[in-house]
Amino acid sequence: MAKRIYGVFDDEEALMHAIPLLKEKGVVCKDVQSPFPIHGIESLIGVPRTRISIASFLYGLTGTSFALWMTWYMMIYDWPINIGGKPNMMFYMNLPAFIPVTFELTVFCAAHGMAITFLLRSKLLPGVTAPIPHPRITDDKFILHVDVKDESKVNDVAALIKSEGASDVLLKSMQFS
Amino acid sequence: MPTFYKMDRKYELTRNNKMIPLVMIAIGVIAIIMGFMTDKTRTWAVLLQNDFYFTAIALAGTFFIAFNYAAQSGWTVGIKRVPEAMGGFLKYGMLGLILIFIFGHHDLYHWTHHSHEELSDPNSPVFDPILAGKLGFLNIPFYISRLVLYAVLWVGFTYVLRRHSLQEDLDGNIEHYKRSVVLSAIFLVIFAVSSSMAAWDILMSLDAHWFSTLFGWYIFAGLFVSGLAMLAMFVLYLDRKGYMNHLTDSHFHDIGKFMFAFSVFWTYLWFSQFMLIWYANLPEEVGYYQTRWKLFRSIWIGNFFINFIAPFLVFMTRDAKRTKRILFFGGIIILVGHWIDVFVMVMPATVGAEWTIGFIEIGTAIGFLGAFILSTLTELTKASLVPKNHPMLQESLHHHI
Repeated sequence: MAKRIYGVFDDEEALMHAIPLLKEKGVVCKDVQSPFPIHGIESLIGVPRTRISIASFLYGLTGTSFALWMTWYMMIYDWPINIGGKPNMMFYMNLPAFIPVTFELTVFCAAHGMAITFLLRSKLLPGVTAPIPHPRITDDKFILHVDVKDESKVNDVAALIKSEGASDVLLKSMQFS
Repeated sequence: MPTFYKMDRKYELTRNNKMIPLVMIAIGVIAIIMGFMTDKTRTWAVLLQNDFYFTAIALAGTFFIAFNYAAQSGWTVGIKRVPEAMGGFLKYGMLGLILIFIFGHHDLYHWTHHSHEELSDPNSPVFDPILAGKLGFLNIPFYISRLVLYAVLWVGFTYVLRRHSLQEDLDGNIEHYKRSVVLSAIFLVIFAVSSSMAAWDILMSLDAHWFSTLFGWYIFAGLFVSGLAMLAMFVLYLDRKGYMNHLTDSHFHDIGKFMFAFSVFWTYLWFSQFMLIWYANLPEEVGYYQTRWKLFRSIWIGNFFINFIAPFLVFMTRDAKRTKRILFFGGIIILVGHWIDVFVMVMPATVGAEWTIGFIEIGTAIGFLGAFILSTLTELTKASLVPKNHPMLQESLHHHI
């Protein structure tokens, strides 16, 4: 397993400057943690496109299917009720009345599914310690996550990161809780 | 992103480019003349439908400018000249609506047929208390004065916002921007009321017995989404001609998002209006939909597919919104779809069972489209396509999402 080390930078411009240079020298930059969003950093470290939109579509489809099945089962199949003389024998004839429920459940499932998926993938569930390698990333430090495949070269890579403008390199996370 | 921009970039309307809209206008004129020789009511209805449709698109242009000023948004600065130019059609469109009403009101609006005395007299053969009660609002002098008022307000605000924008190009004074923000905020309030009232006047009063409290919103949704589609068409055209290389993919992505979102919004209102009336089943309301269901079923349901399902699927993914070809294709779908939407609003009360979509309808639409294109392109030639002194220009040039 690759060893993860953390380059600590004092400002985002040094970080933005260092990433392409480090990549050129074969350093694997995996992630960046920063007190604020840095514009264009995703493309620099090559974060793959999020797949949450696909997940959201599938969750929405689940909600639609569930709502249509539920209204059919409740209002047509199991216990048809005559409400204001609306046709209650055929599902498609009564469909307009079921559209609001379908819409709401689609949105509900898509939104909750997306939020829960995001939290699971980011390991941000209640009670989980946030993976913060340095206490000052919420204040004024910028952390570059670097994976080193060959454990014997950790010190070389650390020196390389430092030479590209990092103020410090952490060989292990200063995790606190 | 290119690093060098030629900021003062003007669209040039060559003789060849002018020929196409002129030919389109000629087709429209032939269609209208043919229409008046064969079926007068149908032609007036087609004229009203097309004039309303394109006036609404022009109004959407001014609305686009106004809400972007009010929201102080930055990314739209790069495309701002296009909706401004679209607003230039408003004066012709409003003039057209007034003329269509003056000369065609008997064929279009059945509330103009009888006086209040005739309608409110129980012994009269045309006794109609509902209509009689509405004649305080729906009478010819008041109607025309309302149309003139909308025309003055809309054209006036379009003109003032445009003039500030052009003047800003020349002197670069920040006052123009500040003044435009205030004017836009005022316009948005006026627009909210007047677009809704214009919708009652121009389209809802075709079915004078019927009413829907959602109608103004519904018209607004259609107006805005077709305006956005037309905006996309012009931006894509200019981009293809090389005038828009200060835009990034993100601009197109945002236009695509707008079209996607407001197609869904339109469907929401389209369906809300239908479902409430369907569910309540009140006799004074369901007549509107019964006519559509019995006589216009194919295009009334087709309307839903072309205006909701098609844009929803076409614009769903991020890549689709960033592909100019797909954006163009989706925009065409929306424009055709909303033309049909207005068709289904105008025709049942005027032409009724004898409706067709033949040469008169399509030819008139082509003619109006030609006039709209010619008006917009002529407006575009008058100023640089990049508003070079706009305070948020840099934000737009570096737009990236």
